Amino acid sequence: MSDLTYNLFDRKVQPPYLAPDYKSTVLRAPTKPLVVIKQSLSELTGPVFGEMHVGPLDHDLTKNARINGEPLGERIVVHGKVMDENGRPIPHTLIELWQANSAGRYVHKVDQHDAPLDPNFLGTGRVLTDADGKYKFYTIKPGAYPWGNHYNAWRPNHIHFSLFGPNISTRLVTQMYFPGDPLLQYDPLFLAVPPKGRDLLVSQFDLSITEPSFALGYRFDFVLRGTHSTPFENR
Amino acid sequence: MLQTPSQTVGPYFAYGLTPEQYLYDFKSLVGNQLVNPIDQPDAITISGNVIDGQGQVITDAMIEVWDAQNKLFGRFGTGTDPKSRFIFHTIKPGSIDGQAPHLSVIVFMRGQLIHSYTRLYFSDEDELNEKDVVLNAVPQERRQTLIAPKNATGYEFNIYMQGEQETVFFEV
Repeated sequence: MSDLTYNLFDRKVQPPYLAPDYKSTVLRAPTKPLVVIKQSLSELTGPVFGEMHVGPLDHDLTKNARINGEPLGERIVVHGKVMDENGRPIPHTLIELWQANSAGRYVHKVDQHDAPLDPNFLGTGRVLTDADGKYKFYTIKPGAYPWGNHYNAWRPNHIHFSLFGPNISTRLVTQMYFPGDPLLQYDPLFLAVPPKGRDLLVSQFDLSITEPSFALGYRFDFVLRGTHSTPFENR
Repeated sequence: MLQTPSQTVGPYFAYGLTPEQYLYDFKSLVGNQLVNPIDQPDAITISGNVIDGQGQVITDAMIEVWDAQNKLFGRFGTGTDPKSRFIFHTIKPGSIDGQAPHLSVIVFMRGQLIHSYTRLYFSDEDELNEKDVVLNAVPQERRQTLIAPKNATGYEFNIYMQGEQETVFFEV
């Protein structure tokens, strides 16, 4: 087996399985210690996705579900880079995303929040990073929405992301937040991340990619697990 | 650089990650047919439930499977089957990298801030399973949680998040 192995999850920044303030973790968090295994071809070879998996409007959520007009809300453009822990860009990697509409309502049938659906907004898309690991997509800024975790619980504005990177070891599902959101300090999902990792989930307003008279710009970089060449047994 | 922290997939992943399965108007990246069962006479069905610490079936989990030998990948949510199972149509992989045939399995759900990795091994591969380096890294009394029993159409693999039968999850 290769001695080039992927770093494990960095527990200094990654959330734990069990975070009792996020109530759903209580019956769903594994309780026994994880079994450490040596990475093999199963962990190091894929899956890999490419251009053929991304449709022409997948990167533009303001256009990819129009029926009779434009979606309502504040248009934004989000850009950034996907890198590994060594700062190396990850080119041609797939990013999937989904989010609530500007009123804080998900299209999902289970979402019963009494806020309007937008007939011209589905809230899901895909984008591939370019040769330099960069990506960009357009959407509508998602609204906050209430949830049942505790009395008067509201999720901060956020966009969900799913990334693959080179193989299943680098798989990442996460959420991007917005700068200055007053709900972050009350959000048990955000607060389950160790303090050192929290800022990494907050995007930055970026005037340089803000498009005049069109869309506010936000920057958000992703850092996936990187490799190291130390033999696994010696770590 | 520090890794981007993980956050939960949440309860509303379906229209983003498994849209066709849940009948949303968006093309799915992948589905649960790793092979088309009509074209493949040796296709098998893998199905199971994801079960919480009180023995309740979880209806909003998302399971991904990866067969590195055949380079097949699938994804399925537990919210559409009448029994809330995940179901995959695939072929049984052969040995890879000196290991017994297996599928890599990734588990996502509301209530998991970070996903879980496990593996599915096959009950009719006793000889190879006994020699498998990963199975042997698992305490013997927990090994059975990774070995899917054969049934009429394939294999059944239930994933227990907690409890006496808690599935073995890996640090991969």
